[in-house]
Formats: sequence, structure tokens, C-alpha cells
Amino acid sequence: MSQPANLPRWAALWLMPVLNLLAALLVSGLVIALIGEDPIECLKLMINGAFGYPEGIGYTLFYTTSFIFTGLAVAAAFHAGLFNIGGEGQMYLAGLGVTLVCLQFGGLPAWLLIPLAMLAAMVFGAGWAFIPAYLQAKRGSHIVVTTIMFNFIASSLMTWLLVDKLRMPGSQTPATVEFAKSAWVPMLHELLAPLGFALPNTPLNATFFLALLALVLFYLAVWHSPQGFVTRTVGLNEKAARYAGIPVDKVVIAVMCVSGALAGLAAINELLGSTHRMNMGFTNGIGFVGIAVALMGRNHPVGILLSALLFGALTQGGLDLSFEKPAITREMIIFTQGLIILFCGALENLFQTPLSIALKRILKK
Amino acid sequence: MAELAIELIGVNKHFGEVHANKDISFGIRKGSIHGIIGENGAGKSTLMSILYGYYQADSGAIKINGKEQRIRSSQDAIAKGIGMVHQHFMLVDPFTVLENIVLGAEEGISLESSLAAARRHLAELNRDYGLQVDPDAVVGELGVGSQQRVEILKALYRGADVLILDEPTAVLTPQEADDLFRILRLLKQQGKTVILITHKLREVLDITDTVTVMRAGEIVGQVNTAEVNKEDLADLMVGRKVNLQLDKTPAKPGKLVLEVNGLNLTDERGVALLKDINFSLRAGEIVGIAGVSGNGQSELLEVLSGMREASSGSVRFNGTELTTLKSRDPKAAAYRQLGIGHVPEDRSREGLVKDFSTFENAILGHHHDKSIRRGWLFNRKAIVERCRRFITEFDVRPALTHRRIGLFSGGNQQKVILAREIHANPELMLIGQPTRGVDIGAIEFIHKRLMQLRDEGKALLLVSVELDEIMALSDRIIVMNAGAISGELPAAEATATSLGLLMGGHK
Repeated sequence: MSQPANLPRWAALWLMPVLNLLAALLVSGLVIALIGEDPIECLKLMINGAFGYPEGIGYTLFYTTSFIFTGLAVAAAFHAGLFNIGGEGQMYLAGLGVTLVCLQFGGLPAWLLIPLAMLAAMVFGAGWAFIPAYLQAKRGSHIVVTTIMFNFIASSLMTWLLVDKLRMPGSQTPATVEFAKSAWVPMLHELLAPLGFALPNTPLNATFFLALLALVLFYLAVWHSPQGFVTRTVGLNEKAARYAGIPVDKVVIAVMCVSGALAGLAAINELLGSTHRMNMGFTNGIGFVGIAVALMGRNHPVGILLSALLFGALTQGGLDLSFEKPAITREMIIFTQGLIILFCGALENLFQTPLSIALKRILKK
Repeated sequence: MAELAIELIGVNKHFGEVHANKDISFGIRKGSIHGIIGENGAGKSTLMSILYGYYQADSGAIKINGKEQRIRSSQDAIAKGIGMVHQHFMLVDPFTVLENIVLGAEEGISLESSLAAARRHLAELNRDYGLQVDPDAVVGELGVGSQQRVEILKALYRGADVLILDEPTAVLTPQEADDLFRILRLLKQQGKTVILITHKLREVLDITDTVTVMRAGEIVGQVNTAEVNKEDLADLMVGRKVNLQLDKTPAKPGKLVLEVNGLNLTDERGVALLKDINFSLRAGEIVGIAGVSGNGQSELLEVLSGMREASSGSVRFNGTELTTLKSRDPKAAAYRQLGIGHVPEDRSREGLVKDFSTFENAILGHHHDKSIRRGWLFNRKAIVERCRRFITEFDVRPALTHRRIGLFSGGNQQKVILAREIHANPELMLIGQPTRGVDIGAIEFIHKRLMQLRDEGKALLLVSVELDEIMALSDRIIVMNAGAISGELPAAEATATSLGLLMGGHK
């Protein structure tokens, strides 16, 4: 029974995540060395791939955009004490909403069609989160279990729809037809070209700004609104919430719906910002990465922005790296991501005690 | 000078920045009853945890029977003859007394032989110390007083010569407490040493031979009990003059505020928690509900505050029937809207969110107030301003609006809750355990504030397990036993004995 070591706030907030990240990179480096590659060179290639040239940066920010949404989704639920593992499925279903709107109302002008598609993404994402939330609030089914299972249901459902119902006629690939041009979210390079900025052609699109706006709104909602206050009360002390007259089950359901809606917006970035059609498996683990993003970002928008950027860079830099070094496969990148999650999530406090002792010594001098 | 059973020499213990025990040195005579008193956070529990092997001291030494010893674990402490009776019993309810006592101290190859040996040993202990515990009774079916005796037996069975009791009377009726004291005196006569940790001054004066008073991790007094009185001890504990006497003016009861008729509460397993509760409460009076903890008082507060639905019966507040009240919000919110304030019994688990800052806790339950809104967001400035007023008005220390409330002492947390509930200007105030875990200085303040509230014409329903508190504050006293009201009497006629009998269910 020993007291946990006390770290100064700045150290807990900044130094610890950096140390954890370095530890994860160190272990990855060791494994890379083991398979006969030079870890320093690989790290350089990766950083260069992510940030070294304009196109790389564009791709990094494109991935970052999706990760911000799924990270916020996990963080929102977390503030109510809920662990939403279902971002992947919610995003997938949101894709269905987007697709249905875009195929049905393809004739509408962009200013109407895009907001409508966004609305559909949020409603479908929220709807897919609503069912586990309802089961948790009213029947006590554990949300972790149900949201995981709903990922599988989503996956099967979408496979069936994409193969049997939504597939482009005459095509072999399980994907929809291309959406009408009016549904495409403007690319950043298109947007900025009239202003005299010549950006390379990347999938980075206007959804990026929506993600930044979401970060700000998230901050205000969680820490400056009555709804956020109520949510955090439920998350930190359910008994106190009941004492305060807060309808706990309604809050649980509402927060999960917000969480699902946020995850759904990631589908906008992917479908309307980049592919302009829905492919099978377009979510590609983005929902799961959101868990790591939220964990590492400590459920705070600033942290989420930084960790989403990290994972965005890792994805883009990793792709570049595996292109340059065939020995480093895509699995190797996933392995590194896994290590980051392990060190930043599960082993979060690994360095707490030694760090606090070291700090105390340094600060005393 | 008699031989010392325990001697502590320069014991120090730090928890991070906190110096929980500073240079503690004192001795306890063999065959004596020694009291350790102090406010919450004075370091009593830490010190006893060091003695019982839960913590290791940073420096200093412990001598047992004159020999320096290192106590590395509680097993180690038991082996060296130190036993402990915790405030929360460590018993297995479905096991018999005998099984509980043998648990963890089994000898021999088979359980049967071990139990048989234990049975003989137990009979001797029962006889020597007058404990009167049936070895074959199932522990879960025993009363709290008997369960405590099982704990004492457990320690004696393991060969304890020194027995530490942590707040042993917190869960007992006055009569049960007297019984316990009789046993402790017997133990003393047989040469055992007893260490009693408590915050009840009356008990210390009743039973101990010597007292150590602690404050802020230090020893501030070492006295022979015979040479001091209650006021001396209180002053030593708090470090300044304390007024234990409350100036109570006669109550001027006004209109009927609360009327409870035939209230019943049955839980999902069919156990009756409240049985036919009838009472009324007028403006300008304090009705105290006495009872040993767990006799339905908590449930009554939960029903009256809207946190729990009654099974049947009627509760009328200012003429409005509460049990059938229709509202979109949960009842707890609706009742608060109507003018019922609630200081919950379990302060840290219900009344507060420990990880929230003071200002956030200052609006818990009142977060819908229009005056702290700006559009769809909170008006942070207005909230902090309100919190600052609470802090000044109720002398919350330290006066920090942005500090996590979990870092404040119990008394200061309670002041924040009280300030918050009073701020809404309720007509009826439900107050559970207003001073549990609150230091004497703050008790004085809280009691005065409650009296003031009464004199302003509010109706107060006070639930407390502290009889002294009930008697000092109430105008009328209702006693609860096993979920029913076992008696009601004017405070002026109540004595500890009469209340104690009612608490035990004797009418």
C-alpha cells in the first residue's frame, strides 16, 4: 500500500507521453535491427515520408483528419465512463448513410448534398451506437462487449450490402458506383489554388477544417457546457449523478449517440473527400486507431490533435518506408502502432515512479 | 514505572509531501487501556498501521516488551502478539464463528482436528474474558456487537497481548458500547494491553488510563485520563479553545412542511427496509433521527430526497404529494426544484465528485440554474464567483476555487456541500451525518449554521449515528430500529439510556 508518486502537472501531461513514445520507438528499433535493417535510417525515411515533402504532409494530414474524428468519438464516450470500441462499425454504417444519400439525391447541388450526407453520416453512426447504448442503459449489457460485437455485425451487413445490393452493375469489385461530383468535398489544393497557393494533389480536403472545428466544439461542450458537466459527472461518479438528479441512462444513450456521430464523420473524410465511392472495408481500422488516439491524447482535444497527427504520420511515413524498404512490411508498421498503444495505454505509468524520483532530485538542486 | 508493552521511539512517516507522523515517541504500559485521539488526518491511523505492519516507518524504532522489533507485515505483527480489530469487520458472513476464527490460522493436517482444537481453546477464551459467543452461530446472523466480539476473539486466538481497536463504537448502540467496555476492562485485568483509537471524547474519559493526543502528525499531549476533562482534550485536539456547548434557543415550530404517512420500502429481494413510517416536520424545527447505522435511516433519506422510490405510503411536502409526482427529470431533480435540499450521508461518494474542482462541485445538482448560463454554455465566471462566496461565507480552507475537492479535508468538503444546498434556499433540508469524519473545529461551525437555518424558519431532518449530535441539535427525536420507528420523544426528555434502549428495539 504505497502512495502513487506525484508528478508535476506539466511532466504528467507532456513528459510522460513523450517518454512512452520513445520507449515504443526504441523497441521497434530493436526489432528492425533484428531483421537486419538500420533503425536510424528507417526512422529518417519514415519522418521524411510523413513530413519531408508537400505531398507527404498532405497525406499525413488526410489520415490525421479521420483519426481526429474517431479519437474524439472514443474520448466523448470515455468522459461518460463508457468505452466505445465500436467506432469502426459506427463509421462503416455511417458510410452506408452517406452512400444512400449520395446515390438517392445525386442531383442536388453541393451546398445541399454535402451537408445532407454529413447529417446522414452522423445519424447512421449514432444509430449504430444507439443500440448498444440502449442495451447498456436499460438492460445492463456491457458496452465494451456489445460495441465489439456490433463491429462484426456491421462488417457482415456491409459485406452483404456491397456484394448483393450496392455493387456497381457489371463490376467485380464490391464497391458502389462513383458518387455525383456535387457530393465531393472540395480538395484543399483545389480550394487554395485560386488564392495563389500551389499545393500538390493529395486527398487532403475541407473535412480537415471540420475536424479542427470539432476539436474546438468538443472542448467547449465537455468543459464549458451543462451537458458536458453532466456527462463527466456520470463518468466520474454515478452515485453523485443520481444524487444530483441527473438521468444517468438518458445521458449514457445521448453520449453514445454523439460518439457514434463523431465516428461517422470520419466516413465523410474517406468517402466524400477521397474515394468518392464506398469500397468494402473502407474503414480499414481507423475506428480502432481512434481508441489509441484517445488514450494517448488523454481524452483532451489538444492531446487528440497531437496523437492523431502522430498516427497520421505513422501511417503515411510507414507506407513510404515499406515502399523504400521491402523488408519493412505493412505489418511492421502495425506492430509499431501496437507498441505505441502498449506503452502509452497499458504501460502508461511505467516511468512514473523513476521519473518522479529523478525530477525531485533535479528540482531540488 | 511499570513495564512497557509497546514503546515507539522517534517514528517518522512521509507520504510524498505529507509528513503523516512526526517524531512520534511514547510508551504504553502493560495491562493498561491507552487512548489515541485526534482529528481526521491527525495521523492516528497511519501510526497504528505502522504498528500493525501495513506500513513501514521511514525512521524510528518500535520496542515490544522492551525488545526492539521490526514489523514487516500484519502476519509479523500477529506473530509478535499484536492484534487489531478494524472498524469494518473482516469476517466471512456465511461461516460459523468457529470457522471464522480458525480461518488463516489452521493447524494440523485436517480441518476437523484443527476445528476441534480451536473449539477447546475458544471455550477457555470465552470463559476468561466473558465474551459469550456461540462458536457454532453463523456470523452473518449475529448482531454487530457480537460480530465485533468475534473479531476480538480472532485476535486473542492468535495470541494477541496487545489489542488495537479502531473506532470500535462507531457501529454500536450505547448499551452495546458499554458491553464492549466491560470486555475491555476484563482484558485489562487479565494483563492484556488495549489501544483504543477514537474521536469520541466521552469514551476516552470513560475507559482509558492514559491518552495520547495527536494533531497534524505530531503528539500534542500525553496525559493520565484521570487528570483531564472533556474540554481539555478537545482544546488539545484542535489547538485552540473549542465551545462544545451549543446555545440552543427554544424552537418556534411553524407550518407543517413534511408529512410522512405509512411509508414502506421493500427491496427487489422482498426485504422490508422501511416499515410503516409516520412522522411530520414543521418549519423552524429540527427533527433528529437516531439509530444504529443500517436501521433504515439511509433508506428514509433516499426516499425523501427522491433517489429511491417508495413501495407504498404517502409523503406530502407543503401539501404536494411527492410519491406520485409527475416530472420529466428524475425525482431527485424534481424534489430539489420544489425546495428540498439534501446533504447526503455518504459525502464523498454521493455529495461530491472527487475529481471535480471546488467550483464544479459548487453547482452539482444545481447545474440548471439560469444564473450560471450564458447561451448554451456555462458562465464560468459566475460559477467561480458563486464558489468564492461559498468559500468566504463558510470559511472553507484552503480558499481555492480550482483545487480538486478530493484534496480538501472532510470538514471543508462538507462545508462546500452545505453552502451549495443552503444557497438554493430550500424549505426542507435533509441532512445525513453532517459531521461524520469532520474535525471538531468544523463541527462547531456546522452545528451553529444548522441552528441558524432552523431559526430562519427552515425545517430540518437530521440523521446521525452520533447520539451527542442528535441530542444537541434536535427539538424532537425519532428513533429507528430495523426499518421501523421504535419511538419518538422531545429532545428535552431524551437521555443516552432512553435512546439507547429504543435504538436496540426495546419499546
